[in-house]
Amino acid sequence: MSQLTIKTTMKPLGDSALIVQLGEGIYPSIHEKVSYLSLLIEENPFEGFIEAVPAYNNLTIYYNPYIVYLSQTNRTLTPFQQVSTHLKTLTERIGDKPLLKKSVVELPVIYGGEFGPDLEYVAKSNNLSIEEVIQIHSENEYLVYMIGFAPGFPFLGGMDKRIATPRKETPRLTIPSGSVGIAGKQTGVYPLETPGGWQIIGRTPLDLFLPDMSPPTLLEAGDKIRFMPVSAKGLSL
Amino acid sequence: MTVTVLHAGLLTTIQDLGRYGAQKYGVIVSGAMDSYSLRIANLLVGNEEGEAAIEVTLFGTSLQFKKDQLIAITGADLAANLDGVKAPIWRPVLARKGSILTFKSSTKGARAYIAFAGGISVPQAMGSKSTYIRAGIGGFQGRALQKGDTFNCGEMSTLGQSLFYQLKARSPHFTWSVNYKALLNLQQAQTIRVLEGTEFNRFDQQSQQILFTESYTISRQADRMGYRLESKTPLTLIEEFELLSEGVTYGTIQVPTNGQPIILMADHQTTGGYPKIGQVISADLPNLAQLQPTATIQFKKVSLEQAQTVFIKNERLIADIKRSIQLKMHKLK
Repeated sequence: MSQLTIKTTMKPLGDSALIVQLGEGIYPSIHEKVSYLSLLIEENPFEGFIEAVPAYNNLTIYYNPYIVYLSQTNRTLTPFQQVSTHLKTLTERIGDKPLLKKSVVELPVIYGGEFGPDLEYVAKSNNLSIEEVIQIHSENEYLVYMIGFAPGFPFLGGMDKRIATPRKETPRLTIPSGSVGIAGKQTGVYPLETPGGWQIIGRTPLDLFLPDMSPPTLLEAGDKIRFMPVSAKGLSL
Repeated sequence: MTVTVLHAGLLTTIQDLGRYGAQKYGVIVSGAMDSYSLRIANLLVGNEEGEAAIEVTLFGTSLQFKKDQLIAITGADLAANLDGVKAPIWRPVLARKGSILTFKSSTKGARAYIAFAGGISVPQAMGSKSTYIRAGIGGFQGRALQKGDTFNCGEMSTLGQSLFYQLKARSPHFTWSVNYKALLNLQQAQTIRVLEGTEFNRFDQQSQQILFTESYTISRQADRMGYRLESKTPLTLIEEFELLSEGVTYGTIQVPTNGQPIILMADHQTTGGYPKIGQVISADLPNLAQLQPTATIQFKKVSLEQAQTVFIKNERLIADIKRSIQLKMHKLK
């Protein structure tokens, strides 16, 4: 891993955050670097570090410029320069030790019926049977690249193109929490009840947002998930 | 109970300096829209700067005090009135048992803050008392304040107690107040300083110029999540491209496909996928928070180094205000 050449760039996101770019596009190998850097910065924070937010191929670092400024003895560097320098040093350590292998999180899903009102539409528009859609959707392993949009909402990679379906022309006003949806080539789960335009194919009884727990979400960036078809019998939703 | 809500008003929420550390889980920061006013309100009643206070939006809030309470009102001038008399703002005030505080309508600015000596006794959710309405966490039962809500205030600090007893013995407020003008601008037509955004160079040259020459109007859809702006000329990209979602922050100026910019405010989503043409500097976010729908702004480009210099300067100003308040107390003794 450490032999990999990593082209790293730092771009300011305003005066109190910066984005460390670790590559382009959506690839598990680039995302692994993001996960490494995320871990390294949390283990080696600088004074004034607030938090880090991973995305597909970069990491946003939030900081307090005043505290960064005060932490410097000679105060010749701007807070941005100082934070960039710290992060450059950390990126050189990416791959030093193996990342902890994360287990695969299984999400039970009741496909179709009242819990997946658009399953039939997804099947029809892709010339597949309902069973084929369920099989294709649940046989892949998905990588959680990032959490965003809403608490616990996973941005997943790895959906099969055969079941890709455009968003609904008119978004629904409410989508129940736990709804599993497809939008274009993406799939995901709504953790909270919100409006939304995704094609809803099923629902999981698991809570993705757990405000009283630490961490407060079922899923984290870097996790892998698998959807597991279950029947509605015996599950209370 | 110390305080009862008689009228909630348009949008009245409990806010502190925000919920940090959970953006990677998709949990928004929230917090006071005008953090300067919140911090000064707290300093004026002897609290830690980041204690929770009440954010009143534009008009209509009314509170009753069930016991004598030291408070401070800062931010917008919403014609605050304490028991039928104009309430002094930007200074410590004693609200006597039974008295009623009302906010009529704005004469200047959009958001007022009320800090209570000892803070507001609501539980923290994930390290913060800020209200996050959509997820139903923080603040008062995870929602905006409603008529009939009651809450307690916490234990006063030594400075808070000292101010409280001075006011009880002498008069309901001091004759001095904080001069906020070096920090905060409440005008409804303003120049807002902006840095180039991460996708600034993906916009065509004309758009890059327009951003800093045109005047923008804050639309009526402006809320705590974002300010939609309106202008004559839409901003356009050199060519369409797909941007993957990534971190955004308070003050990020995104441009959706219609070319009319949106400034992300305190309740912004943690990630966004629209190109970012600019970023409002942190020091001007409180000013922006005080603008009402239909207010106009003009953007001015500054460098990152200038933005960080202003940030540091303003932090020193707040530290000076804190020292001055402590000094006033020593003189009184």
